Amino acid sequence: MPLLVPAWLGVAFIVLPLVALFIRADWANITTHLAAPVVGQALRLSAITTSITMVVVWAVGTPLAWLLARSDHPLTAWGRALITVPLVLPPVVGGVALLMTWGRRGVLGGWLDETFGITLPFTTAAVVMAEIFVALPFYVIAVEGSMRSLDRRYDEIAATLGAGPVRTFSTVALPMVLPGIAAGSALAWARALGEFGATITFAGNFPGRTQTAPLGVYSALESDPQAAIALSLVMLVVSVLVLGLLRSRWLR
Amino acid sequence: MSRRSAPCAAVALTLTLAACSSGTDPAKGGGTVEQTLTVLAAASLTEVFGLMAEDFEADHPGVSVEQSFAASSTIVQQVNEGAPADVIALAGMSSLEPLAEEHRVGEVHEFTTNSLQLAVPPDNPAGITGVEDLTQDGIRLVVCAEQVPCGTASASLFQAQGISPAIASLEYDVRATLTKVELGEADVGIVYRSDVTEAGDRVRGVEIPDDVNVVNSYPILAVSDSPLAQAFVEEVLSERGQQHLTDAGFVAP
Repeated sequence: MPLLVPAWLGVAFIVLPLVALFIRADWANITTHLAAPVVGQALRLSAITTSITMVVVWAVGTPLAWLLARSDHPLTAWGRALITVPLVLPPVVGGVALLMTWGRRGVLGGWLDETFGITLPFTTAAVVMAEIFVALPFYVIAVEGSMRSLDRRYDEIAATLGAGPVRTFSTVALPMVLPGIAAGSALAWARALGEFGATITFAGNFPGRTQTAPLGVYSALESDPQAAIALSLVMLVVSVLVLGLLRSRWLR
Repeated sequence: MSRRSAPCAAVALTLTLAACSSGTDPAKGGGTVEQTLTVLAAASLTEVFGLMAEDFEADHPGVSVEQSFAASSTIVQQVNEGAPADVIALAGMSSLEPLAEEHRVGEVHEFTTNSLQLAVPPDNPAGITGVEDLTQDGIRLVVCAEQVPCGTASASLFQAQGISPAIASLEYDVRATLTKVELGEADVGIVYRSDVTEAGDRVRGVEIPDDVNVVNSYPILAVSDSPLAQAFVEEVLSERGQQHLTDAGFVAP
């Protein structure tokens, strides 16, 4: 099969660097490296921020996906395009945009600062905002796709039986799109976990407050490469596990 | 030398072979000679080395200076791994240590120094007047991460002063630190004096007294045996070169 060679080259190109992480890790002292303060703090912060991110993404993204899937308005297509911009935007550009909006002299941030004395950059909240900015589109696109493939007659039947839009959505549509929600959640969570550019631009880098796992890897690489490899391994294993578990259950 | 023959071969393809072989006498210049001099320099030298290159090209017709700016540690790594280079200029003498012996072609010259300065937004919202204000409650201080020279210098400044101020963010290089101040997100940042000068009106500098300041010496050396390399080092050491450095906020060693 002549197609096998390029196909396997593709696989090797992706898998080899992942394997290299395992080969180059200092396994004899792996527990010491994993116990390095930078590793634990960064992982804890990543766990917290990506969890909050997912709650917001579910709360905001699910209704948004539903509206996009059900709207016939001509502007919907534009709305969908705008929502997906962060998918292709370089993350650092997202960070600059967030800074211009929510920074201390930003369009909204200036007002927040003057009125309430709230400043967002350099805070954990800024990390969560950066993660939501890059992760929400992944979720909305995945969930909208599965919602659009739903047969509208189910909505209509529910409506004739007297269910309002919220009830229709929660008891008819939602259960049927759970696979789409699971898939979208996995993608969005993985994207939030890996977020680097927008975070470092908008939230800065301080251990325990804004230094998430990817920033921790970058930081450790300069001073303690083995800690960076250990942290990378943890992120790799967790990502593979989440995608793998979802694949067998929800993604096909 | 192989690293000089590569650009030479490229030129030969587009021009004539003669252009390359006559390139062995750069001092004479001459309209037909096409030569490239590759300079790798620390990021903090970006603007001032641009001026050096212009002067050098004006004095050496047919020579084009190609420059690449990066972190000093990256430059040394690149040269050790065989990147084509004729001259390197680094921030901090210690950056030079990992440079392999075979690349130490020319003599090392300390050509300038750079010291730390506090950078504040033009309106100085936190009213910073000196190092002693860094420990005030509620100010947002941004410094370089300790892995980069400006961060190491900031850490020794704190140590010498016996202070441990609250830090909002550890930025990855001196330019990122300055940007946070320029945007008004930080009340004060610790950067090099030359960065404050270069930023012009966008930030204001607050001096750190000489007796507590941390001074970084910048080394320059030829890493190829091209006569042009030595000539460029001399250009940097010349009165004209030193004037550019002084104008940019550097201090003669």
